[in-house]
Amino acid sequence: MKNTINQAFHSPKFVFGFVIFAIMLCLAILVPAFSKADPLAMQAAACYRPGTYFSIADAIEAKKYNLKMDIKSHRFDKTLTQEDKDSMVEWLVKFGNVEESEIPADAEEFVVFWINNYKDIKIKGLTNAKKQYYRKLTAKLSAMLKTSDIVIAGEDPDTGELIEENKIEFNSFTNVNDVTVRKTFLLGTDNFGRDEFIELCHAVGTSLKMGLLAGTIATIIGLILGLLSGYLGGIVDDIIVFITNLFTVIPSFVLIILISFSVDQSARGVLLVGIIIGATSWTWTTRSVRSQVISLRNRDHVNMSKLSGHSLIRIVFEDILPYIASYVVMAFILQISSAILAEAQLSMLGLGPATTKVATLGLMMNWAMSAQTPLAGQWWAFLPVIVSIALVAFSLNLMNTGLDQVFNPQLRD
Amino acid sequence: MKGYKKYYLTKIGWYLVTLLVALVLNFILPRMMPGNPVDAIAQSAIAPGMEQTAVEKVLADYRAKFGLDKPLYVQFFNFVFNALRGDFGISLSNYPRPISDLLKACVGWTIALQLPAIIVGWILGNVLGAVAAYIKGVFDKVILPLFMFLGNFPAFGMATVLLYIFAVYLKIAPTGGGYGYDLLPSFSWTFFKSLLAHYQLPFWSMVLITIGGQAIGMRSMSIYELNADYVKYSRFLGIKDRKIVGYVFRNAMLPQITGLAMSLGTMIGGNIVAETIFNYPGIGSTMLKAIGNRDYPLISASTLVITIMVLIANLAVEILYGLIDPRIKAAQQDT
Repeated sequence: MKNTINQAFHSPKFVFGFVIFAIMLCLAILVPAFSKADPLAMQAAACYRPGTYFSIADAIEAKKYNLKMDIKSHRFDKTLTQEDKDSMVEWLVKFGNVEESEIPADAEEFVVFWINNYKDIKIKGLTNAKKQYYRKLTAKLSAMLKTSDIVIAGEDPDTGELIEENKIEFNSFTNVNDVTVRKTFLLGTDNFGRDEFIELCHAVGTSLKMGLLAGTIATIIGLILGLLSGYLGGIVDDIIVFITNLFTVIPSFVLIILISFSVDQSARGVLLVGIIIGATSWTWTTRSVRSQVISLRNRDHVNMSKLSGHSLIRIVFEDILPYIASYVVMAFILQISSAILAEAQLSMLGLGPATTKVATLGLMMNWAMSAQTPLAGQWWAFLPVIVSIALVAFSLNLMNTGLDQVFNPQLRD
Repeated sequence: MKGYKKYYLTKIGWYLVTLLVALVLNFILPRMMPGNPVDAIAQSAIAPGMEQTAVEKVLADYRAKFGLDKPLYVQFFNFVFNALRGDFGISLSNYPRPISDLLKACVGWTIALQLPAIIVGWILGNVLGAVAAYIKGVFDKVILPLFMFLGNFPAFGMATVLLYIFAVYLKIAPTGGGYGYDLLPSFSWTFFKSLLAHYQLPFWSMVLITIGGQAIGMRSMSIYELNADYVKYSRFLGIKDRKIVGYVFRNAMLPQITGLAMSLGTMIGGNIVAETIFNYPGIGSTMLKAIGNRDYPLISASTLVITIMVLIANLAVEILYGLIDPRIKAAQQDT
């Protein structure tokens, strides 16, 4: 056993898969351990992009610094896109009676030039949307040109009069660390306003647990059927092989959908989904255990045990199981990854765990898709989930391939 | 060719038995579960202030409509006979359209999308696996691992990623549907172009995730065969490398065909979920809507159609296998 594990860790594929899996597992264990807050607490109003959010009111009160920096041209560089520039030039040349050579290249001069030349006049050949676009753009640009101080005023509760409370100079800065009320969303928030990163870590954990449950159930069923079929032979073997063949061809995807839909919705939790998936995906284990047991059945040491009058259970546990353990472990690893995939697919169809208390990878995908986040360009709501599913499945498959090479020397390079 | 008769007859017979079991499961599984779906549907027709006798009448009415008042075996025979005639009853969410009508409209889309996608993915996967085993180098160290990683994406995940990159970010592909929303199906060039444009993303997302799994299997089998004694012996005899490689890959292909048959169910299931990402007018989107509307008869019929599709695909692969595998050929010619 020790030797086998040692060998496995000499296989680069196994080690690589193991490292990825360990990282995912660490995230799923450590993040929930350190953040005690409810992972599904709604902290934002909508799907916000990743980043650090700080209170604007606090920022006004925070310590001010003066930096030597050309704020205006910086602003133009950051906000004025090439697309905007092109359409501005197009307007100037077409309707502003300006030669293209007259237009200045410097961003600030260009904006000033635009504001001086642009007139909101009736022009034929421009759609209303385009006109609206130029109007908005001009308003935005002229706001950016301002260099006057900004006065923060509070309202007098009795008279409704505005009283100056604070004045912010045009070129004042503040250090982000000076703003005390801050919140960082590593992966933004989902469409319910939950912290995507924390939620994802919890979901990976839940999905792994569910996969483990499904894998264990599938492996136990497969192991028992495979042992019975391979060791006993005869009519038992025929029946089990027939059933196994049936369920290999009838897609488990269909069975899972039928069962999940028929089960009472209130009872369909993560646990039950795991059990359903496990109970429908044992065929692979049965097949591989059966073929191994058949080749073992007539070996000398098994015959020896039989002659010594050992009980069936003892023969199975002492003379057969140790030889097929490697195949069972490999099948078990694959079961976990396919169970996680199956849950995700089931949830995408709206038949996943009917719960709002915990998140699974599939449920997170379902939420992200029903809010149409891909069409809104909110990549942080779905991409990390997909990559997590892929990484978990990839790492488990790599470990499986690595083990395969250890146990089947012919596959080694 | 005559010897094949028995082989194929057993195969077809076995698949007919499987179909029967699938029908039984489709019939019995929902009925085994606590809670009667028909009662749940009938609840929606019951007004809050209704009298008890009226409620009973509504329930009895619905049960009679779905044939639940008859004994179980009669229900089963009715179900099988109707299913064989292609009559699955009437959809609840698309009342009064018959389910067979709804399914007829979407099965074609699913087949036209998935059949080419699975075949292309399988072929590309086998080519990559063979190349990785024989040429090694960059194919074995970079391209194969890359596709292995992609192969672990769930089909709907790859679909979402492609949708985001090509339809939302780069805006070079339509975001969904089977054809432009402003078009009507016709035999015009515009319609065909739109059809093709909408076909790309679902098709490639299915192909991309199929390649990796097939390639890794082909690579293993090819390495196994390349190290076999007959290859060494042939080399000693001085047979040209090219000829040997031809034999090697032909032998390595055979388990790949069985492997395809084994994984067809999983593949088709995954791809059906991926269809929903693009709102592709296939069976996946129909099923998604049916589940959302709790349209029980439509779900039951869709799962049955998917099962039949998988069974037919499997049978086709097995028939092909019988033609290709020389061992079966030899066994059949002996008798």
